[in-house]
Amino acid sequence: MRVKTVPIIVALVAAALAARPAAAQMDISGQWAPVMDEDRDERVSGPELGEFMGMPINDAARARAELWDSSIQSLAEWQCRPHGVDYITRGPSQPFITPEIDPASRNLIAYHFEWLRSVDRPIYMDGRPHPGPNEAHNWAGFSTGQWIGDVLRIHTTHLKEDYIRRNGLPRSDRAEVVEYLIRNEDVITWTTITYDPVYLEEPLIRTSEFQWRPNQQVPPYPCTVVTEVNREPGFVPHYFPGENPYAREAADVYNLPIEATRGGAETMYPEFKQRIQELIPGR
Amino acid sequence: MGGKDLENRMTKQELKPRRPKTVTCVSVGILTAAALAGAPRVEAQDDAIDVVRVRGPIYMLVGGGGNVAASIGDDGVLLVDSGSADMAGAVLAAIRETQELQLMGRDPDPLRWGAEGRLSVLAYRDGYQPPKPVRYIINTSAAEDRVGGNAAIRASGVTFVGGNVAGAIADAGVGASIYAREEVLFRLVERGEVDLAYPTDTYYGSSYKISHHFNGEGVRMIHMPQATSDADTLVYFPRSDVIVTGDFFSQTTYPIIDLEHGGSIDGVIDALNYVLEIAIPEFRTEGGTMVVPGRGRLSDSADVGYYRDMVTIVRNNVQEMIDRGWSLEQVLAERPTKAYDGLYANESGDWTADDFVTAVYRSLEPAQ
Repeated sequence: MRVKTVPIIVALVAAALAARPAAAQMDISGQWAPVMDEDRDERVSGPELGEFMGMPINDAARARAELWDSSIQSLAEWQCRPHGVDYITRGPSQPFITPEIDPASRNLIAYHFEWLRSVDRPIYMDGRPHPGPNEAHNWAGFSTGQWIGDVLRIHTTHLKEDYIRRNGLPRSDRAEVVEYLIRNEDVITWTTITYDPVYLEEPLIRTSEFQWRPNQQVPPYPCTVVTEVNREPGFVPHYFPGENPYAREAADVYNLPIEATRGGAETMYPEFKQRIQELIPGR
Repeated sequence: MGGKDLENRMTKQELKPRRPKTVTCVSVGILTAAALAGAPRVEAQDDAIDVVRVRGPIYMLVGGGGNVAASIGDDGVLLVDSGSADMAGAVLAAIRETQELQLMGRDPDPLRWGAEGRLSVLAYRDGYQPPKPVRYIINTSAAEDRVGGNAAIRASGVTFVGGNVAGAIADAGVGASIYAREEVLFRLVERGEVDLAYPTDTYYGSSYKISHHFNGEGVRMIHMPQATSDADTLVYFPRSDVIVTGDFFSQTTYPIIDLEHGGSIDGVIDALNYVLEIAIPEFRTEGGTMVVPGRGRLSDSADVGYYRDMVTIVRNNVQEMIDRGWSLEQVLAERPTKAYDGLYANESGDWTADDFVTAVYRSLEPAQ
């Protein structure tokens, strides 16, 4: 009996392995919609100005954000920029994901992530190397993917500078991003980890969820630059260091000491609650 | 999970440059052309140049001092800047290797006549042509790493002469031609550079151009007044849609402003805004017109936009400090570049953030 069982098990395992796709362990293609049970206010309307809580930013990022005037978005050079790859999962946009298949081998060459109001983002699955350090950077960067079991790991380089929050917090073009996509039935849990040697003290880790929406259609979104505000050519909106009138907005809205709103790695950890208590006058 | 743990999960391989350089070139020896009278000898060297294909015949060479742009094709080679003197051999070796790769990737022209007298297989077997020479160098300014390789690279090249172009003058064809603003010539003479490094063709108006197509397109030189100096030239390749800026735009440093020779912060900002005016992105402000910066990676108008914003914000804040009566020492103590130093400060080099802020201050302070 034992003699017969082993070959059968081996045959079953072999058959199961043969049935598995060579490259993709879990299909992630299709239409997906953001699940915004958490952080709806940040993801749709956006965070308050000066609200950097829980963001592991350094002094340079804080200084940059305090110079930032939201009116800069009206400049011609800024109008049609898409959200960056490590921010767009925290925005309100819907993605659709399509596989690119090699017709000869039927291997997966790439996934293409496209979002509302964004650019095509190929995730190369064919083992191609990342470009050299002096090649151009773009909004989507250069991404390669690999399967770790049923988890898709994506590594992205060659990003243009962008923002990690829509209140002026910068992310530099020296940053690299690692993502993990985990599909459980009709939900993808999407983890984004940003490593930025210029503006972050520690990696910024965020997770978001997306629901499968087969009846969704993401429309095209062509963008044309227009004159939004009549200004002198070359005008760049910004504030003088230390004189941003909105720097206290979040502290006032939440009735917090301003130090609690300024971000930094320590604000990510539970121990910071004690620090806030110490900062409140009279405690 | 701590940040270090996550960082450790990025493998060493991911944290290093991944793709082998497009062309990694090592100088192959002493240039035979350096035998020309007065030409400096270029020694063999191990320094590598990274060659980045930009578009059409245009390449960007990184590692030879400031970035060097090259148009490489059937007409020969045109360089925008010549890099630093000690890297001239490596720049020439990189050009040569790029030419070899171009030839390897090219199918020979098909025979369309004389089938009974010509064997098509010979086109493959005998198709190798010696790479064509450097014919033009354009200097974007007189900075050391813009003109340092002039003499050696000029010596390796040639100017085709004859007819109405000084064919009877014995040395008219010696070496490549060098184009620049006339102030570049003045600077090199002041410095006592060797004659072979001097521009052979200078201009003094707002723009200049090579009189004919080179590698299939025109080559425009446009003066950027009072930018990093009084001698700045922007070079535009219209068919390839590539701009070469020189030192007023960089991915790794603040703009290097030579106040002593006519540079100014407002001229730098004007030059950056000029690039934004003529550049047209392909889609969503990226791609389209490509920009070869003075230093660092290949760029486009979105990258120039970020740099223009940075330079303008620093300039305006220093101006405000001057208006409030701050001394240079007070301005330096405030460090108006602190939001950008992680991107552009070069504290171990010869152009620090303080050097830049000092230049901005001096450029804006009222005349005494």
